[in-house]
Amino acid sequence: MRELLRRLGAAFSRVAAIAGVRDLAYSVFAVFLALGVGALLIFAFGYDVGRAFSALFQGAFGSVRAVSQTLTRATPLLFTGLAVAVAFKVGLFNIGGEGQMYWGALASAVVSLALVGLPVFFIIAGAVIAAALAGALWGVVPGVLKAQTGAHEVITTIMLNSIAVLGTTHLTANYFKAPGAVDQTMRLPVEARMPHIIDGTGIGYGIVIGICVVVAVHWLFKRSSLGYDFQAVGFSPGAAAYGGIASKRMIVLSMALGGAMAGIAGSMVVLAQLGRFVTGFSPGYGFTGIAVAVLGRTHPWGVLLAALLFGALEAGGMTMQLSARIPNDLMTVVQGLVILFVAAPGLMKIFPSLRPKGGTKESSHVA
Amino acid sequence: MPAVELKNISKRFGSTVACDQIDFTVELGEIHCLLGENGAGKSTLMKILFGLYSADAGSVVLRGTELSLRGPSDAIAHGLGMVHQHFMLVDRMTVTENIIAGQETTRHGLLHRSGARDDILALSRRYALHVSPDSLIEDISVGEQQRVEILKALYRRAEILILDEPTAVLTPQETAELFSIIRKLKQDGKTIILITHKLRETMAISDRVSILRDGRCVGTLETAKTSPEELARMMVGREVLLRVEKTPMQRGESVLEIKDLEVDSPGGGLHKVSLELHAGEILGIAGVEGNGQLELEEALLGLREIRSGSVVLRGKDITGAPTKLRRMAGLAHIPSDRLRRGLVERFGAGWNLILGSQWQWPFARRGVLQPKTIEENARTLIRDFDIRGASGAVDAGDMSGGNQQKLVLARELSREPEVILACQPTRGVDVGAIEYIHNRLVKKRDQGKAVLLISAELDEVRALSDRILVMYEGQIIAERPENCDESELGLLMAGHTVERAEGAAQAVTTDTGQKGAIDA
Amino acid sequence: MWLEILGTIFSLNTFEAAIRLAVPIALAAMGGTFSERAGIINIGLEGMLLTGAFAAVLGSYFTGSAWLGVAFAVLASAMSAALFGYFTIELKANHVVAGVGLNILALGLTTWLMQVFWGSRGTSPAVTGVGRLHIPFIAELPIIGRLLGRQSPFVYIMFILIIGGWVLLFKTPLGLRIRMTGEHPEAADSLGIKIRFIKHFSVILGGAFCGFGGAYLSLGNLNWFSMNMSAGRGYMALAANIFGQWNPLGGLGASFLFSFSDAVQMRLQGLDIALPHNIIQMIPFVLTIVILAGAVVKARPPAALGNHYSPGK
Repeated sequence: MRELLRRLGAAFSRVAAIAGVRDLAYSVFAVFLALGVGALLIFAFGYDVGRAFSALFQGAFGSVRAVSQTLTRATPLLFTGLAVAVAFKVGLFNIGGEGQMYWGALASAVVSLALVGLPVFFIIAGAVIAAALAGALWGVVPGVLKAQTGAHEVITTIMLNSIAVLGTTHLTANYFKAPGAVDQTMRLPVEARMPHIIDGTGIGYGIVIGICVVVAVHWLFKRSSLGYDFQAVGFSPGAAAYGGIASKRMIVLSMALGGAMAGIAGSMVVLAQLGRFVTGFSPGYGFTGIAVAVLGRTHPWGVLLAALLFGALEAGGMTMQLSARIPNDLMTVVQGLVILFVAAPGLMKIFPSLRPKGGTKESSHVA
Repeated sequence: MPAVELKNISKRFGSTVACDQIDFTVELGEIHCLLGENGAGKSTLMKILFGLYSADAGSVVLRGTELSLRGPSDAIAHGLGMVHQHFMLVDRMTVTENIIAGQETTRHGLLHRSGARDDILALSRRYALHVSPDSLIEDISVGEQQRVEILKALYRRAEILILDEPTAVLTPQETAELFSIIRKLKQDGKTIILITHKLRETMAISDRVSILRDGRCVGTLETAKTSPEELARMMVGREVLLRVEKTPMQRGESVLEIKDLEVDSPGGGLHKVSLELHAGEILGIAGVEGNGQLELEEALLGLREIRSGSVVLRGKDITGAPTKLRRMAGLAHIPSDRLRRGLVERFGAGWNLILGSQWQWPFARRGVLQPKTIEENARTLIRDFDIRGASGAVDAGDMSGGNQQKLVLARELSREPEVILACQPTRGVDVGAIEYIHNRLVKKRDQGKAVLLISAELDEVRALSDRILVMYEGQIIAERPENCDESELGLLMAGHTVERAEGAAQAVTTDTGQKGAIDA
Repeated sequence: MWLEILGTIFSLNTFEAAIRLAVPIALAAMGGTFSERAGIINIGLEGMLLTGAFAAVLGSYFTGSAWLGVAFAVLASAMSAALFGYFTIELKANHVVAGVGLNILALGLTTWLMQVFWGSRGTSPAVTGVGRLHIPFIAELPIIGRLLGRQSPFVYIMFILIIGGWVLLFKTPLGLRIRMTGEHPEAADSLGIKIRFIKHFSVILGGAFCGFGGAYLSLGNLNWFSMNMSAGRGYMALAANIFGQWNPLGGLGASFLFSFSDAVQMRLQGLDIALPHNIIQMIPFVLTIVILAGAVVKARPPAALGNHYSPGK
């Protein structure tokens, strides 16, 4: 028994060492601070804070259905979060997840429709791969612009988001449109969608795919030469060039990888939520992904935790809107605050007991 | 009444003590040298005096009144002026703008540039500080930039001038000119504090000298009553071996041939640079910084485009080869900008020690890193090269300058290179590490490797090199043997042609001070 | 058909619209110029514009006066800029991350408050707008009259502010200090210039400019607020600022280029041509990217842009 405890303790400290306990503690603190400001807003405008938060909790964890909602919403956020995190390692701020996701979603819808009839495994695999490729292509554009001309990726990716929404709308309306008033593709038959892990729970395999990708990304950065190159370019472009690393290629590659992540996010929405591509479907998954990545300190496992949290907030936020009549957009406010709080290392000086080490420098090397 | 009294000043940065209960007094109208090694606390102490840092303890007394300086503006208001080692000038602004900022004259609420210009010209005439007020800083020479810095202080009516390592970027001739300006300022009643680590200059210009070591003041002496040997001993805290032990060279075959190298750069580039480096020799390149050394370094590494000419490394033309190939062909490189080029500050020692080999066996196999080999490699090199404070997960950025340089040295020398390109290898490194690095380089040369040494420290070039090339404005203008005349080198570095340099050498020797005095 | 298209593109109406549409972009671009000249990368322009647009409608809604609404907008945007400044300057947040955080915060807050106050997520009720100004003498001039004779007062305010901003930045002691702070904060500090004051001042002033721009978005034409009304103009403004070489006048020129493409886009939609609407609507976005990619190659930002300055005390 004691031996077991000792082992558990050792395992925990190893996990903690990987994630960085202080970073974790500070992230949790930032979330509570943001939720606190949210509560203040709820209170200031005359709503019932207790009711709001109990609805939030119920909607996120209160039932199997709630948990499945949380996981379903967390999955695309995990991927858009990784889309930001992967590029961040190379020193780029990819806020083009939204556009990359749109292309991924459309590609996955088109491909999965074409594959209907095959075993579901092949449909899902085909759709995810198509989504990753489409997203990667869209990610390559700002990557090349940055590498060749130096155009700031934040501005170009924002513009490309708008272009992607218009472009997917154009293609859907003109080439893939299902009959009806709405610009959307045909519906996927239920047997061609993301299967559930346990029947009746609504919990799909999406989160499993997500965890596999997290493991892969973590391995990439810890154990591969490519990950070494990525981080060398991100931390010190000068030293990277000196070490014979082709920075420009890494910039393009990381944006492609980030784009692929965001593309997969789109396929998750199509396969597990909507069952089709609907123009203008995203409630801002790409932007929430920024908050997820920043909160997770661009660490793959951190991103997973942050995605689960934001998935819960989104799911709970829906319930809060329905039962406490508080507009769901409050969760966007909380996201914005979380980003601000996590980005500000100086905040720790106000709360000296929480002084993280790694993340503060990490967030300051991208500019 | 003294001009400046610093009493019992202490200052810590994190766990390092930069100043430890320092007392320091400067009399009115004297030239006072503050002597010490890199990291002895000289600059920190002066930044406290100038209000840029606040001391943890102690007091600042100026002309009898104790002050609490809240910032440089307080210091300026009390008649202090400081010329920083790294010039505090904005490249893209004019001389006038740089001088007047913070102290502008206005007309109808708008900048009154012509008025300021006249004031500056008047000052510049009075002290023979020649500047052109309308030029952009990026267009003028380093010497002129320094004059702008001095004018900046005088424009603010400074009575006490602090000059931080003012000769580091100057040729011997420019140094002589600066010293005559300093003497003129003294005649005019100004008090001058000179921060330096150069013994010869201390002996040549100062009235009194205070020596700092490891954050403590170890003594204040009258310059006339001391000797360079005594100063060196006080500065380092032990007897210093001021020469590197070297056996005669065993010169082998040619391993690096550079022919008619032409490189473009905004700073001037390279013109028809040719040289031949042999196995078993150290070839030094002397020159004032900014005369093409950086371009040469980057061109050899493949980080800068070569317009024409050729580089042949051990029989292999690498003129257009990517950096990676050059390194695989046996070129090692100690970069002049260690932090920007040599290290990834956020990586630990292990990963930094494989930079450039991260795709190669035994550190990686098919793109998968091998943590065991990487750790093993780190352990060995940390032991062999005596790298301190590099254990576990410490980021390279958190290590001291000397240990960072050893980290770079360990990585580069352990790759068993045939040609070592050592650029400013001891910059910002303490004396212990300097000796160590010098000995390592000499050892490699004795093993039959070739070393191309690019350094702005003339003494370093002279101590290590078997042959010396002088670089001026992107060209190699002369070659000199090992034991050549120093003042002649100085003239060559300033661009004097070979014939004139030989003739003029004798004249200048007396001007720059006691030639032959040792210099740490 | 091509003649018709060209005629539409280069008609006075298009130019007149372009001048109008340039207002929010040019003002925000100058906001970015001031902030970045002081060394702070300002991705948060978008959020400041949006805040201004919302606050303008809110002010007009509660007071019934459009100009009080404008005052509200300037105040609110300046406050959001102050918040941004606090995080980037005092708390040393990464400028880009904090800017994106501010934008998301502003989007969430305005959308949320819109529902709280008016119960609608789409648009606010119509409020008193600023209307148009008719300047008798200018209006009678042939071409200029069409372009400037009967414009929103914001157009004149924009010209005045931008010229004023240019004078402030390049002709006054304060401007010299701002520029020096962004180029070389250590140098500025060693001359006794109050770096922190300069940075806060520049960011907040930039926010105030965004407030004018935002007020124009909501009160200058439509007289209501709608969700995400700024629609990326803040980002375009930042691109305009870069293309304009961190100079208010250059920023104005670049903004005009963007607004012209926007005006063309809108007018082309009214024509029956082969190009689908979705593609036409892409024009301003594509142009922004093209210009940015072309401009950055030779652009030279303030040397200390994006750095944090700590005097080591």
